[in-house]
Amino acid sequence: MKKFTCIVCPVSCILSVDEKDNEVQVNGNQCKRGRVFGVNEYNDPKRMITTTVKIENAKIKRLPVISTDEIPKSRLIELAKELYKITVDTPVLRGDIIVKNIGETGVDIIATRTII
Amino acid sequence: MNKRQVDVVIIGGGPAGLAAAIEVKKQGIDNVLIIERDSSLGGILQQCIHDGFGLHRFGKRLSGCEYADNFIVEVKERKIEIADKTIVIEITKDKVIYAMNEIDGITEIKCGAIILAMGCRERTRSQAFIWGTRPSGVLTAGTVQRYINIEGYLPGEKAVILGSGDIGLIMARRMTLEGIEVKGVYELMESPGGLTRNIAQCLVDYNIPLHLSTTVIRTHGNKKLEGVTVAKVDKDRQVIKGSEEYIECDLLVLAVGLIPENELSNQLNINIDTRTKGPVVDEYFMTSMEGVFAAGNVVTVFDLVDYVSLTGELAGRGAAKYVKGQLKMDKPITRLEPGENVSFVVPQYVRKHNLEEKLPLYFRVKQKLEKVEVTAVGNDETYYKKKHRVVLPPEMLVEEIISSNIKEGDKKITVNVMEVSKE
Ligand SMILES: Cc1cc2nc3c(=O)[nH]c(=O)nc-3n(C[C@H](O)[C@H](O)[C@H](O)COP(=O)(O)OP(=O)(O)OC[C@H]3O[C@@H](n4cnc5c(N)ncnc54)[C@H](O)[C@@H]3O)c2cc1C
Ligand code: SF4
Repeated sequence: MKKFTCIVCPVSCILSVDEKDNEVQVNGNQCKRGRVFGVNEYNDPKRMITTTVKIENAKIKRLPVISTDEIPKSRLIELAKELYKITVDTPVLRGDIIVKNIGETGVDIIATRTII
Repeated sequence: MNKRQVDVVIIGGGPAGLAAAIEVKKQGIDNVLIIERDSSLGGILQQCIHDGFGLHRFGKRLSGCEYADNFIVEVKERKIEIADKTIVIEITKDKVIYAMNEIDGITEIKCGAIILAMGCRERTRSQAFIWGTRPSGVLTAGTVQRYINIEGYLPGEKAVILGSGDIGLIMARRMTLEGIEVKGVYELMESPGGLTRNIAQCLVDYNIPLHLSTTVIRTHGNKKLEGVTVAKVDKDRQVIKGSEEYIECDLLVLAVGLIPENELSNQLNINIDTRTKGPVVDEYFMTSMEGVFAAGNVVTVFDLVDYVSLTGELAGRGAAKYVKGQLKMDKPITRLEPGENVSFVVPQYVRKHNLEEKLPLYFRVKQKLEKVEVTAVGNDETYYKKKHRVVLPPEMLVEEIISSNIKEGDKKITVNVMEVSKE
């Protein structure tokens, strides 16, 4: 049995996850979203990535970005390093795609702030 | 000196101020002005690039920047006037504001109503009480967040974090992603200051150790920080001799708490609650000075920005009503008091005749408790009851009382959080 803290909402339920007869069972969740999180966390933990990339010709130096979906937790550091190498130029609108299909994950990286 | 007159002035363009301004305008008041000292709107959220914001309001996990942007777009659509790069330096008792910027110098603004939305500030080293030298490399978590996320500057290579509040935890993850080695998070208290989910996703995910009942007692290094001494503390928070340990680092990040920003409020001599460190407020978050409202972290440090926005809207509606002469300022008042296990309640008092349909109460518990019941008790009647599985000091509780249930003559309502007896 494995124990995880559900990070989906601030209630932070402690989940006990177990595999029986090829089926993953979750206990301790207070809602459905927690069950889904528990199963995913057991099989293949994923996280959103939020970081910044360099931006030129703006009054601030970094453009905040976010992934459009979760990416495997084990690849977070590697992909953050990848994003480090990027420089974008103004203008940038919130929602603009900064990197398409980052690291072949099928997930895009988009801007979270409009900088004109 | 420039002089002008404005119906409602909002001081601070963070989430509280933005929500307040939008609401004032929605209530039909057009002469509204937001004064913000920064060059852009959004307040602290501009540097909160991580996600997890807005679950309550937008049903989505947005980054802080996106959450703020939703409001900024609306402020612009509604053509609300913004004075940016402008700082309020004084407020007088007759609601005159003195604001200053590079272009106009000082402007005198006569206001119909004022909404204080200046946010909070971080506790600094002098408030954390650390011995030793005064080298560079000792920074608050918010400053580090701004350096990394906005100014693109890494202030160190090896970091120690003092304090396990949410900002400390978020910064532990952030620094790790940026290649700074985080040696550990040290917390004076026996339990973490931040939310459990942040311990999981910011520390456990990155194998960053959390040391409870441990604190930084000394800094080393003359010009630049070279290391810190940490030590364990006993139940009375006294250092345990022999437990000291030296840790090499060039960055000490202080995440030792937030306090409402009330320099301006103090000039006005408005009543401050010693428990929240913010102004005492009524049903519309009006302070003890008539026509001066407060919203967001100025009132008390909220941990969820969704609540900050709600208080902004409430103050906005209040200010609009006040300007239109629709608020009845006469007594009687009902005080809201922290009872069993509750450290404070906001608002501190209400007038029944001004209440909206529901009265939201914001409060915190003094200690972690399991299987509890929250009650709000008037003179001889219980107005509210709700059970919770777990309550923790870092998680603010919000409960809504149906206003029509409250009796007109009640002098006070006490909010209690009590363990349900195990039968
Ligand atoms: C470093 C830090 C990190 C945080 N991280 C999180 C987080 O991850 N998640 C979360 O939910 N909450 C976080 N918070 C709490 C956060 O402050 C609130 O959620 C929210 O930003 C509070 O909104 P506010 O509008 O009350 O204050 P703020 O966002 O602080 O806005 C206040 C505004 O008032 C302006 N101002 C102040 N004084 C004056 C003056 N005299 N004249 C003109 N303008 C003035 C300031 O420049 C600022 O823009 C954090 C707080 C801090 C300090
Ligand atoms: S299980 Fe549901 S209620 Fe519990 S933390 Fe997860 S999302 Fe929140």
